[in-house]
Amino acid sequence: MLSRVADSIYWTSRYIERAENVARFLDVNLHLHLDLPVATGEQWEPMVYITGDYKRFIERYGSATRENVIQFLAFDLENPNSIHSCLRAARDNARSIREIIPSEMWEQVNTFYLMVSDAARRGDVMDAPHDFFTRVKMASHLYTGLTVTCMPHSEGWHFCRLGRLIERADKTSRILDVKYFLLLPSVTDVGSTFDAIQWAALLRSASAYEAYRKRYGRIAPDRVVQFLLLDREFPRAVLYCLDRTQDSLHAISQTPEGAFTNAAEQRCGQLLAELAYADVVQVIRGGLHEFLDAFQAKLNRVGDAIFDTYFAHWPMPNRAVS
Amino acid sequence: MTFDSYDPGEFYDELFEETGKARPGAELLVQMINSLDEGELRQRQAAAERALYNMGITFNVYGDTAGTERIFPFDLIPRIVDAREWDWLEQGLKQRIRALNLFIDDIYHDQKVLKDRIIPEHVIQSAKSLRPQCAGLNPPRGVWCHVTGTDLVRDRDGQYYVLEDNLRCPSGVSYVLENREVMKRTFPQVFEASKVRPVVDYPMRLLDMLQYMAPAGVLSPKVVVLTPGSFNSAYFEHSFLAQQMGVELVEGRDLLVDNGYVVMRTTKGFERVDVIYRRIDDDFLDPKSFRADSMLGVPGVMDVYRAGRVALANAPGTGIADDKVIYAYVPKLIKYYLDQDAIIPNVPTFVCWDDSERDHVLANLDKMVVKAANESGGYGMLVGPHASEADRATFAELVKANPRNYIGQPTLSLSRVPTIVDDHFEGRHVDLRPYILYGEDIYVLPGGLTRVALKKGSLVVNSSQGGGSKDTWVVTAPVTRP
Repeated sequence: MLSRVADSIYWTSRYIERAENVARFLDVNLHLHLDLPVATGEQWEPMVYITGDYKRFIERYGSATRENVIQFLAFDLENPNSIHSCLRAARDNARSIREIIPSEMWEQVNTFYLMVSDAARRGDVMDAPHDFFTRVKMASHLYTGLTVTCMPHSEGWHFCRLGRLIERADKTSRILDVKYFLLLPSVTDVGSTFDAIQWAALLRSASAYEAYRKRYGRIAPDRVVQFLLLDREFPRAVLYCLDRTQDSLHAISQTPEGAFTNAAEQRCGQLLAELAYADVVQVIRGGLHEFLDAFQAKLNRVGDAIFDTYFAHWPMPNRAVS
Repeated sequence: MTFDSYDPGEFYDELFEETGKARPGAELLVQMINSLDEGELRQRQAAAERALYNMGITFNVYGDTAGTERIFPFDLIPRIVDAREWDWLEQGLKQRIRALNLFIDDIYHDQKVLKDRIIPEHVIQSAKSLRPQCAGLNPPRGVWCHVTGTDLVRDRDGQYYVLEDNLRCPSGVSYVLENREVMKRTFPQVFEASKVRPVVDYPMRLLDMLQYMAPAGVLSPKVVVLTPGSFNSAYFEHSFLAQQMGVELVEGRDLLVDNGYVVMRTTKGFERVDVIYRRIDDDFLDPKSFRADSMLGVPGVMDVYRAGRVALANAPGTGIADDKVIYAYVPKLIKYYLDQDAIIPNVPTFVCWDDSERDHVLANLDKMVVKAANESGGYGMLVGPHASEADRATFAELVKANPRNYIGQPTLSLSRVPTIVDDHFEGRHVDLRPYILYGEDIYVLPGGLTRVALKKGSLVVNSSQGGGSKDTWVVTAPVTRP
């Protein structure tokens, strides 16, 4: 398969997954405020931390009001990580491989893009923001479903899955990170009803609330971390994502499990082992934020290695990577 | 909707000799259409357009950021060419391509044609499409113009002329193939009875030709189609041809020169490429040899090509033969290289670098078509009889400022084909672009692309200027009329 084609498949999926996750954070935050004591005020700044665009946001918007944050994260084309920008990038990628991917996939990416740009143009999303974010999530699910049911599960499909899983692992870890440091107004709130509501909101943003309840019942911060970070079966959990990332890497290279033939497999395997043998209590005691920060850096290095191994063969032409 | 009252008018009509009298070969089609229920033809036309849209037969509109794709307008009434007439055209096209190939080879080698004063040296030296970098090149199998689209027109008296030679990257063949698929669904019975010559094998013949050009000793040559990318207006065709041939569609950034060979970047590493069917212009092909600012090409590909380690189709430099001033000399070139008279005549052409011919053009601007030597797509031309006084004056200045760059031709009364206009038929002017492959033999695709000027009275058939297309049937006429 041409490297450019593999690269475009990978990024189409990554951008769509990114758009879905942004919709998830925003939607949950909207709901969260309906359940919180009035005095706490709305917390929109953390949303901008999650996507890692705080500086750009403050420069352009100043204050983190609900309208500003939603505009910035959902529709601002100057923000490369907004839902709108993600869909535009996904569409550009998909368009260049239109003849290679199943036509249903292309049509879904195109329809998805048109839906978002239409909403951006109408500018009335604030009237019913939940409807919009639900549509974004469902459109992403439809895309993912089409990749699973319409695409041969060969090399291209594995690149598609890699993009989705790496993006999802990154975003789940960021959701956890932000909650731990920013959603808590003070230490005394830990364990309060207020705290439970926030952890529940966090689980909901990863569609994990019901699954968590079935597994653990009562909401306890260490178990939420265990579930979102280290669960092997929940499909938005970081460990799950990494485990399947490893499967896809080995399916592409045909290297047996437990061995590696390139840096992507090596780094992914190392990171997977680190998580697989991690103990949640130790992780929290050692500092969840530090752990997650280090994890994100290592995950980026897996992504870089995929790029070096499969997409970039030196000398490379000029290329912009987000 | 019937042809009963269709009036061919004062033009040569491709389907009718006169009102009510179809030409041999067209009778079956005319009978069938006349027998359709009211409204059915328009339903079939709508179904055909829908089919084209769903098949993705679209072209991109430049400058449209919303990514709108439009279908190339298509009219259901085909142009019909009698088989005997076609066989004659085919001979003429083969003769012309053979001579032009010899001419290109001569220009980049000994230039005997200049020494023998068949064509003035300054005309060659001043041609924008001359590529001095190609001097001394020996393309595989001696073939320069692998794929040609030659534009033919017919005048009022029914005489065919060659209007233009397109030896660079002629496009449009995908429309021929897709239009035919739609027509086979729309009029299956007439097809069977009319014995229309097939076009479906074009991609296979194209692939055979490309593989034939591969460097010696390569057992299963790797062929790729090189496109400028998905924003090019002909991207649909590039991807279509790659898909039909079952070869990789690549962009310049997918290719590089490694260790003296052209390779493509794949997820399994570099893979060698033997033949490149390139759909980008010479200028953009190799920033090391041609335009240094090109981001579309492959740096160093020309060196590999010179060393015979990759084949390019068409060869760089072929544009010299479709300069519109050099066109004027093609009948002489045929005589010179093949010692034959041209089978299909040229349109009488006045070259403006020549003082007396320029005077003639300027004195008759209101009757002539004036064209820039190096433009295509219907740009840079003046259709005198349809132009305003001011446009003619502007063009006269252009011609005087740069006489080498212009030719003048009498305005032909292009032939017409009945075309669906609302609820009836009207004649619309057409041209014809057959596609020619030069490989082990020369192959002419039977029929080709009939472009139709959909605007009433218009003579400009280019898709960028309100043109559409029709299917072209080469039919064996029944021996006895029904």
